[in-house]
Amino acid sequence: MSAQPIDLTTPAVVVHQAAPATAQTVSVASEPLVRATDLAKTFDVSAPWLNRVLERQPRQLLRAVDGVSFDIPRGETLALVGESGCGKSTVARLLVGLYEPTRGGFEFDGQDAHAAFKTPAGRQLRRRIQMIFQDPYASLNPRWVVEDIIAEPLREHGIETEPVALRARVDALLHSVGLSPHDRVKYPHQFSGGQRQRISIARALATQPEFLVCDEPTSALDVSVQAQVLNIMKDLQRERGLTYLFISHNLAVVRHVSDRVGVMYLGRLVELAPKHTLFDTPRHPYTRMLLDAIPKMHDTGKARTPVSGEVPNPLNPPTGCAFNPRCPHVNERCRNERPELQTIGGVRVACHAVEEGRI
Amino acid sequence: MSLLQVKNLVVEFRHRRGTLRALDDISFDIAPGEILGVVGESGAGKSLTGASIIGLLEPPGRVASGEILLEGRRIDNLPFDEMRKVRGRQIGAIFQDPLTSLNPLYSVGRQLIETITTHLPVNQAEARQRAIQLLRDTGIPAAEQRIDHFSHQFSGGMRQRVVIALALAAEPQLIVADEPTTALDVSIQAQIITLLKNICKERGAAVMLITHDMGVIAETCDRVAVMYAGRIAEIGPVHEVINHPAHPYTAGLMACIPDMSVDRERLHQIDGAMPRLNAIPAGCAYNPRCDRVLDRCHDERPDLMPAGVTRAACWLHAPAVARGEEVSQ
Repeated sequence: MSAQPIDLTTPAVVVHQAAPATAQTVSVASEPLVRATDLAKTFDVSAPWLNRVLERQPRQLLRAVDGVSFDIPRGETLALVGESGCGKSTVARLLVGLYEPTRGGFEFDGQDAHAAFKTPAGRQLRRRIQMIFQDPYASLNPRWVVEDIIAEPLREHGIETEPVALRARVDALLHSVGLSPHDRVKYPHQFSGGQRQRISIARALATQPEFLVCDEPTSALDVSVQAQVLNIMKDLQRERGLTYLFISHNLAVVRHVSDRVGVMYLGRLVELAPKHTLFDTPRHPYTRMLLDAIPKMHDTGKARTPVSGEVPNPLNPPTGCAFNPRCPHVNERCRNERPELQTIGGVRVACHAVEEGRI
Repeated sequence: MSLLQVKNLVVEFRHRRGTLRALDDISFDIAPGEILGVVGESGAGKSLTGASIIGLLEPPGRVASGEILLEGRRIDNLPFDEMRKVRGRQIGAIFQDPLTSLNPLYSVGRQLIETITTHLPVNQAEARQRAIQLLRDTGIPAAEQRIDHFSHQFSGGMRQRVVIALALAAEPQLIVADEPTTALDVSIQAQIITLLKNICKERGAAVMLITHDMGVIAETCDRVAVMYAGRIAEIGPVHEVINHPAHPYTAGLMACIPDMSVDRERLHQIDGAMPRLNAIPAGCAYNPRCDRVLDRCHDERPDLMPAGVTRAACWLHAPAVARGEEVSQ
């Protein structure tokens, strides 16, 4: 949190230069809490074997996440943004161990997490990584009372088994998310959407995790409730030094909660930058398009020229840069050669046009 | 003369343990060619207002009192068959989820042609030509081929374009669009909003745009009605309501939205939640959450009253009370 006022007062240019320097010093001095290296997940979506043989269809592979690398220093928030189908949620599920990566992996606090998940000691690791899901209506068991929901991780990990102490822990957790201990005996249907999302947060916090993966935690909520949940998440981060991976398609929310932002398009990171750099001087054409697509609240009635086209079918992605069919700066190279994420002017960006200085 | 007039509309749900009043004394009107936004949190009654206008209230919901007039003619008490003619011909509807508002077993062309031949005096061939033209107008490439495709062959954004074409098929004067962009990605959302705005301006159709997204309202609408707990809290020109909200609820709602241009450590939050229909507080329904609450708010219910350029249902704008408050302070 100490970095916050510096960011505000320092001119954007200084932030530019400072950003890569701090990233390097952090990686040398103290390891980041989370480091994903070339993380990839491919799903086999082929037709059944008999159909493939009879209809002579090849196997079909969907590259949901295709080589994503990033790291998150302790106590920071990395946000991933992108449109549906870009692989944000798959990254989230990879990081909590719900999926196994096809390629690459991620390190948590210096150890290879996916290797550790398979060992008995992996339970300890799972305790330190928790997830908050998008839909608070689907992610809570409707037949359990709140007390059971929140106590489950505590029992499961053997953190607290003694009933009186367990109840005290549940009360403390409910209190930390602004709910009352009387809510302990209620069922999820007795709560509003925002309150249910607080229950999910309390459940995620039960095991005292260091890293929370939040997959669209406020997308299903109304704005006034969204503000309540975002405030709680920020307070908890400050109090407990939590590290967040925050996934959202709402750029205004991302700008509010994050320290750094990664923009994803068709399974790959196209830009990764500190939030002020990204929002003030977006480099990648896709990032610019996303920023342009946000309705501007206070200049009412102004017409915009929305970018045409849609996200291509991930089963059959375009060759070269995946964004090339929609990009206004496309040239021959973009159609043939896939740009790699590289550091240009202090930010990580995957774009030939930026690399060549055309934009 | 207004195209649509809603006068003191009350919608109730009767059930075993009593009657729930979901819409309470809603009045507004829409001029020809105007875009009116209706905004509010879930459960405020936005969609119910839309459903009452198109005559698609699900039982046990019913219009308990009040009137809905289209071009001066009452439509809320029309028999089902009469209302069917109005719906589609004079009022078009666009719903949130384009997948469920299209029939998956019919090609989109068949659905368009059916709508056109039902309402307009044209033959099959003319209707097909018209359908192709509509698809083209809504920005669907290769409309001649696409007309014979089924809804699952379209992407989400394209499907919503088909739904817009369907709503416009019989040249209605009013379109009720209920969360038309909520299910879409941001870039597609911008395309659909622009399309809806332009196509309605071209055809002179008025739009009632129901959404929870203030950004969409700001960009699209001429006027906006803010709803809270089944009532209109504030109604007025969109620029005024957004930049100088007169009702504390509107002000709170605007402050909750993360602002792209300002850094704030904490967002403004309205504590509590919207009341349930069976527990709407006496007086102003917003009084338990309001930060500028007066004594009067606890027992007297405010009606819409002039508040600068807009109209707000808030005692802060009652001339006598405003003076009284100054005296007491």
